[in-house]
Amino acid sequence: MTQEVDREGVRLLMTQGAQIIDVLPAREYGEDHLPGAVNLPIRKIEAEASRLLDGSRPIIVYCADSA
Amino acid sequence: MYDYKAGKQDWMGAGLPTEGTNAQRPRLVDVVRRDVPTCSLGERLGEVRQRAVTAGWDACVVVSQDRTVLGLLRARELDADPDLSVEQVMRPGPSTYRPFVSVEEMRRTMTERHMDSSPVTTSDGKLVGLVRKQDIAAPG
Repeated sequence: MTQEVDREGVRLLMTQGAQIIDVLPAREYGEDHLPGAVNLPIRKIEAEASRLLDGSRPIIVYCADSA
Repeated sequence: MYDYKAGKQDWMGAGLPTEGTNAQRPRLVDVVRRDVPTCSLGERLGEVRQRAVTAGWDACVVVSQDRTVLGLLRARELDADPDLSVEQVMRPGPSTYRPFVSVEEMRRTMTERHMDSSPVTTSDGKLVGLVRKQDIAAPG
């Protein structure tokens, strides 16, 4: 189940070893991304998530904004 | 799984560090003056002016209790009748910029719009500080 998290929640989860997923296109990811974030565009999530992510650690997903 | 719904703009709007090619370029978060004096709407202008001058400033940002930017007092406003209230004199609703805006972009904007300074705020309007033209002048 997915939970919403705010900025402070993200910072806390980062200290706990969370994996951060940037779902934006590669160009945007390359320009700016959260520290430690990996790029996994939305269209590739289903195919690549199980290969790239550790299910035992929290996973945070983000986009550009809430729009 | 967690959804950081407010996203990258929220993170960057708070002036938090990022990685990537843009992270190497100077941004407003690197030059913003966080020590800019602040005041509230109901304060007497004379007292605000005294406080600003004592701190070595010719500007003051008008904020609410939670540091939402409401207005700006520049030198011209600070020199008005000292018995007036801040609210009567301030420039309301100034243009504000986010901490992640590049210095280069801000320099262009300030030149085009003939600005001497501008508040820098988070994406929810909370004051981070003031960026001044002299702090982002092109080198050389």
